[in-house]
Amino acid sequence: MGAISTGPISEAVAPRDLPFKEGVLRQVDYWATLWARTWRGVVVSSFLSPFLYVLAMGVLLGGFVAADPDQLEGAPSYLAFVVPGLIASHAMQTAVSETTWPVMGMIKWQRIYESMLATPLQPRHVVGAHLASVALHLTATCALFTAVMAPFGVYESWWGPFLAFASQVLCGMTFATLVYAFATRSRSEESFGVLFRLGVFPLFLFSGAFFPVSNLGDVGSWLARLTPLWQGVNLSRMFALDHVTWWVAGVNVAVLVVLMLLGWRWSVSGLTKRMIT
Amino acid sequence: MTDSMITARGLRKKFRQNSGESFEAVKGIDLDVRKGEAFGLLGPNGAGKSSTMRMVASVSPISGGELRILGMDPAVDGPAIRGRLGVCPQEDNLDQELNVFDNLYIYGRYFGLPKQVVRERVVELLEFAKLTEKAKSKVEELSGGMKRRLTIARSLINRPDLLLLDEPTTGLDPQARHVLWDQLFRLKHAGVTLVLSTHYMDEAEQLCDRLVVMDKGVIVAEGAPLDLIRTHSTREVAELRFGAGEHADHAEVIGDLGERVEVLPDRLLVYTHDGEEVLAKTHERGLQPLATLVRRSTLEDVFLRLTGRTLVD
Amino acid sequence: MTAPPTTPLLASDTTQVQPLGPGAATRILVLRNYVVYRDAWKLFITGFLEPVFYLLSIGIGVGALVEGFEVGGNEVSYATFVAPGMLAASAFNGALLDSTFNVFFKLKYVKLYDQMLATPLTTGDIARGEIAWGQLRGSSYAVMFLLVMLAMGLIESWWAVLALPAVLLIGFAFSAVCMAATTWMRNFQDFDKITLVQLPLFLFSATFFPVDTYSGPVRWVVECTPLYRGVVLCRELTTGAVSVASLVSVVYLLVMGVVGLLVVRRRLDRLLLT
Repeated sequence: MGAISTGPISEAVAPRDLPFKEGVLRQVDYWATLWARTWRGVVVSSFLSPFLYVLAMGVLLGGFVAADPDQLEGAPSYLAFVVPGLIASHAMQTAVSETTWPVMGMIKWQRIYESMLATPLQPRHVVGAHLASVALHLTATCALFTAVMAPFGVYESWWGPFLAFASQVLCGMTFATLVYAFATRSRSEESFGVLFRLGVFPLFLFSGAFFPVSNLGDVGSWLARLTPLWQGVNLSRMFALDHVTWWVAGVNVAVLVVLMLLGWRWSVSGLTKRMIT
Repeated sequence: MTDSMITARGLRKKFRQNSGESFEAVKGIDLDVRKGEAFGLLGPNGAGKSSTMRMVASVSPISGGELRILGMDPAVDGPAIRGRLGVCPQEDNLDQELNVFDNLYIYGRYFGLPKQVVRERVVELLEFAKLTEKAKSKVEELSGGMKRRLTIARSLINRPDLLLLDEPTTGLDPQARHVLWDQLFRLKHAGVTLVLSTHYMDEAEQLCDRLVVMDKGVIVAEGAPLDLIRTHSTREVAELRFGAGEHADHAEVIGDLGERVEVLPDRLLVYTHDGEEVLAKTHERGLQPLATLVRRSTLEDVFLRLTGRTLVD
Repeated sequence: MTAPPTTPLLASDTTQVQPLGPGAATRILVLRNYVVYRDAWKLFITGFLEPVFYLLSIGIGVGALVEGFEVGGNEVSYATFVAPGMLAASAFNGALLDSTFNVFFKLKYVKLYDQMLATPLTTGDIARGEIAWGQLRGSSYAVMFLLVMLAMGLIESWWAVLALPAVLLIGFAFSAVCMAATTWMRNFQDFDKITLVQLPLFLFSATFFPVDTYSGPVRWVVECTPLYRGVVLCRELTTGAVSVASLVSVVYLLVMGVVGLLVVRRRLDRLLLT
């Protein structure tokens, strides 16, 4: 066994309250290491799967859809209709899968959080760094996807892709904070199965990504418009198609931002309650 | 039926590694375990204990030699042999998705036992393992000691003739170890043949009638614990502690006082028949140890002598 | 210990361990999964909803945008066209999930199979037990799905009764092959490769649009893929367009399942009995 150095510990002593930014930055190396190990899988899941959906639904099935802008919320083709919605839905799915099993794993399987919180880091730093990693993932995925789709004539203006991209990341982060909060309060992974089947999956199918919500009838379409995913889908589609109703866009953004902030508070309080008793 | 529970002659186990090279974990050992005895397998990590245990448990085909368990050939009668074995693996492999009661119940059913019989045995075994109140708990809620007791209770559900325990008390606190030892004694009294592997010499001394010490895939010693101590060590050991770095020099001064002197980083061990006499002579030769201790030789001394002090991972 | 050493432990009953036939062994392993799943009933119930959601969303929502397709010479609505495809696809997805992630978890993490093999059970029993359980669960979902189809008026023929065994066949074929594939997985990252196969099969097996959307060699390739065989089989049965050609799909899936099962046994032997 080698000798253990016992140098001065003064540098390592933490101030009484670690600033938020400092706390998050201390975890950059951890997350970078994790990314270095898993990025290949991320590329597969974050790029290939929405791309295949676009090809199957947008291009192949879209070939059978009569392109009538009046029926497609102003889209000139089914492909142009489906792409912005699919990216927003994909942002949601990415966010949810990054904040369910991984969060529970760090809480109770690999117990990473326990070791992190044994240092001067506090729950808000830990939550901050984890969500920052999700944000980075969302940014990369949505940007890559937008770049690939742009040449296919699905965007109607030069600024459309940028605003649509921003809405997709915002939409993803709203789900990330809300689901993170849910995960900190879940005792078993069974609840994630239920969340996917009763939450994520119906949202994916009925929030207007694949068809205009007006096809769901009066009641159905209003229910769909109450969901957070519809806010994101609608926002990104309006920007992509240059078909913006500004007051609706304002409502969409406000709903997403408010939910995201609430999710953040619940996440921090949830992790605090779970880890520090 | 013969009295021999396990007979092995020239037993070998080879593994093919990912690199394509083969690695021989067990290099031709002979074993004879008789009915009703408690038999120990000792050895450092990598000695081949677990490989031997798995072959005996009939879940690992042998690579060479001969092996008979309960008079049967594991390659042919695997299921029949396993039906009469109890296995307590090194790591608890309890069914995490079942509660405590169902862990025993479902496992019992794997042996083809009728429902009613299994239910009665589960009640009895929960009592035996002191887990009756935990019957409806999930496995993950149990402490380490409870899990271990549950694993042992599970291995008894089929009333085994031969119980295999791979490091049964590793990771347990002293209280839990003593409870377990007590349970194992009772099983031995009930006529169950025990085969256990362990790192703990006190455990082996307490529980085993006979044991073998394995090292690097071969058997290096065999016998009853006391016989082994008599054969491979002296009656007593004198431990002398000097200042850091002085031990090697002092060892030369007193090297002739015992049968053997061992230099450790923090002390000298003098193997002798009379430890007090060694201490007296050490003082006579003008050495002043910082601390001294005279004790009886233990199985641990035998073990370290036979398998060396180098760390094995 | 509270009990005195004279406890009748090990002496009270002398019931002998009985050898287990493959049937009995499979039944007990199914029992084990049933006991586990009994507590996860929420997950079970919600499993029914998944294909129904798909049906409503794609069939009705997207269906409003798409004209019908022709199956076996008859024009059918988009919902009628897509529903049997989803029936097959959901059997495929269910089998895949059960026999990849769940099996891997039991194999590598919780060492459940090691525990089972310490008893008279064999690797063949384990493979049969897992697949039988997956089939049982899958078929209950399939029955539900068929009932919803019936209620929505998406079933056109009595042949649809045979869609249930067809779904079981699809489940069996994919369970066996996926379980075999799982035995080669080293860690959870390897499962990305499964997704790589799963998603294209799901999306391009003529589930959502007819196979003549493709032309030339691409179409041949699609027609040779296993999920496509399952999808057309189900579609032929629920729309009544059954022909001798339907047998091709049946034989294809049967062979695939049997081969998978044989490979699983050999692989489990190699992995667990070392």
